[in-house]
Amino acid sequence: MSYSDKAHDHPGHDEHDDHHHGPAKGLMRWVKTTNHKDIGTLYLWFSLIMFFIGGGMALIIRAELGSPGLQFVDPMFFNAMTTMHAIVMIFGVVMPAFVGLANWMIPMMIGAPDMALPRLNNWSFWIMPFAFTIMLSTLFMDSGGPAGGWTLYPPLVLQMGDSFAFVIFAIHFMGISSVMGSINIVATIFNMRPPGMTMMKMPMFVWTWLITAYLLIATIPVFAGAVTMLLTDRYFGTSFFSAAGGGDPVMFQHIFWFFGHPEVYILILPAFGIVSSIIPTFARKPLFGYDSMVYATASIAFLSFIVWAHHMFTTGMPLAGELFFMFSTMMISVPTGVKVFNWVATMWRGSMTFETPMLFAVGFVIMFTIGGLSGLMLAITPADIQYHDTYFVVAHFHYVLVPGAIYSLMAATYYWIPKWTGNMYDEKLGKLHFWISTIFVNVLFFPMHFVGLAGMPRRIPDYNNIFADWNFIATIGAFGFGFSQLLFVYIIIKCVKGGKEATTEVWEGARGLEWTVPSPAPYHTFEVAPEINSTTVTR
Amino acid sequence: MANRHTVVAGKSLLLAVAMFGFGYLMVPIYDIICEVTGLNGKTGRVSIAEAQAEVATDRLVTVEFVASINQGGSWIFKPQVQEMQVKPGELNHAAYYAENLSNMPVVAQATPSVSPQAAAKYFNKTECFCFTRQAFEPKGSKEMPLTFIIDPDLPINVDRVTLSYTFFRSPDQS
Repeated sequence: MSYSDKAHDHPGHDEHDDHHHGPAKGLMRWVKTTNHKDIGTLYLWFSLIMFFIGGGMALIIRAELGSPGLQFVDPMFFNAMTTMHAIVMIFGVVMPAFVGLANWMIPMMIGAPDMALPRLNNWSFWIMPFAFTIMLSTLFMDSGGPAGGWTLYPPLVLQMGDSFAFVIFAIHFMGISSVMGSINIVATIFNMRPPGMTMMKMPMFVWTWLITAYLLIATIPVFAGAVTMLLTDRYFGTSFFSAAGGGDPVMFQHIFWFFGHPEVYILILPAFGIVSSIIPTFARKPLFGYDSMVYATASIAFLSFIVWAHHMFTTGMPLAGELFFMFSTMMISVPTGVKVFNWVATMWRGSMTFETPMLFAVGFVIMFTIGGLSGLMLAITPADIQYHDTYFVVAHFHYVLVPGAIYSLMAATYYWIPKWTGNMYDEKLGKLHFWISTIFVNVLFFPMHFVGLAGMPRRIPDYNNIFADWNFIATIGAFGFGFSQLLFVYIIIKCVKGGKEATTEVWEGARGLEWTVPSPAPYHTFEVAPEINSTTVTR
Repeated sequence: MANRHTVVAGKSLLLAVAMFGFGYLMVPIYDIICEVTGLNGKTGRVSIAEAQAEVATDRLVTVEFVASINQGGSWIFKPQVQEMQVKPGELNHAAYYAENLSNMPVVAQATPSVSPQAAAKYFNKTECFCFTRQAFEPKGSKEMPLTFIIDPDLPINVDRVTLSYTFFRSPDQS
């Protein structure tokens, strides 16, 4: 599978066509591409750019909260920042990055030549930049950006300015993109596996993505419906959520969280898959309890549909409802616990080394568990009524999303970038990136537990002086964490430009089909289905 | 191969469309659940025959009347009496007064809410101005009646029920 121009004078080689089917030249290559690797790359660059846009918004928020009183921005703009920070980070960073990884890795992991629906794939990516251009453009409108919170609760959200309609349409686009991407992933996993690649031979990353794709297909349309109702309430005289016409604003919260809770598992299940790939490699042992991992993932997905009202304990519910949602929420910690114990058991007595991907993966396991435990505290209804809408909630979901989902993305980048570029990244800088990030991310988010328990409300630009010290420390952490991500970009660019050549296997303990193709992975892989029998290591 | 993809993609798309529909289906489901359980203080019209019950003479419940106006606006909206003592099972009459202070005709709608929530499904309104839209002439005013029966099954620990009305301008007028 050589790529030199002379490669195709070997008679009888199928790679003969590579020369003609290689990447086109110029910008149009990226616009018209249907190659899963190109589209994966596009998704990953897109989310990296959005990571810095969303991160910039986070720094504006933290700068304002660095000391009590109003210093840099006015409250309306502050609220627009919290709203858009959330939408950008969820829909513009974590979700597209996972889809990008799915595009790159799923075909190579299951031994397929490409995604099942390549043209649809191109379309699902290219909707995204337009959706976010529409949404970010609202910052330049007279009415300012959306400032009602990313949860878009009526009646507040219905009082927004012109940005309202733009945000709704942007969300429709993002939703269409994710649903198309998910359909593609489902079709790829079901139809493109070569003979011998049974479902239970698939790597965990493929399994978690299959289940995530179903969560997306089932919940994104519900969200689309909810925002459409908001749209018609505002412009076409319907009264789904307006009490004046017999509607009910609390109903929005039910519909929203019916989507919103599965959504948080959409943001974490692929991360579980990534960590389940990395830990066995660097522990040099197969994943402990693979079957239980699959069933745990499926259970989490199922339970995510029946816990939504734990976001709404303060809206007034009958006791039976509060008890049901409290217990069903706590039940999720059982399959999640199975996963955490399996990761620990995989590491147990393994011959572990701590290259950068492993550092991020182990950091994920530890810090995600911290976020999980504060989640259990929030699940307890009587306690939640105290914690509701405080910084404790902010600390909780940032622990599961930043050292959780984002760390898994960084781990995945370091883990697979030698396969993508053919070069090893700078190991010293990678480790430095991990340690700086880990110190600052805890300086940033841990104090939020304290101010939250002391009663500091979220989404307010000003606060009581008693919270000043911890907020100042959190702001230092935010700037430290934010600027240390420039190092991440530097490492990526350095690796793309060159570096020590990567071997085919890349990692000593690497398992799975993606490590059997050369580094960098050729433009087309597995055009001939690989032979898989019961002894082939595929996960 | 292409055909198999169409089948999987088609089924997935169907699921997506069905879930979009389900989002809308949650609206009637929500209303039904609220009505059955009396959540959110949602109480509908009940006929006198249905609500008629033996009057519990040994029990008195205080009913408080509250009025609020949604988006400000030039209105007077208030209950005629602040509170009354009623016997569960007895038919009671009350009234609210509303006056349009503006120079334009306005249509308005009142939405009720009962607290505590546990009392909502025992608060049966047989006649209420909140069942229909109310039209007001410029500077017009009217007294709006309300009849209700409190179900004698009202939990024994409830001795005070608050009936609150919020007054809205109807949304479908310019």
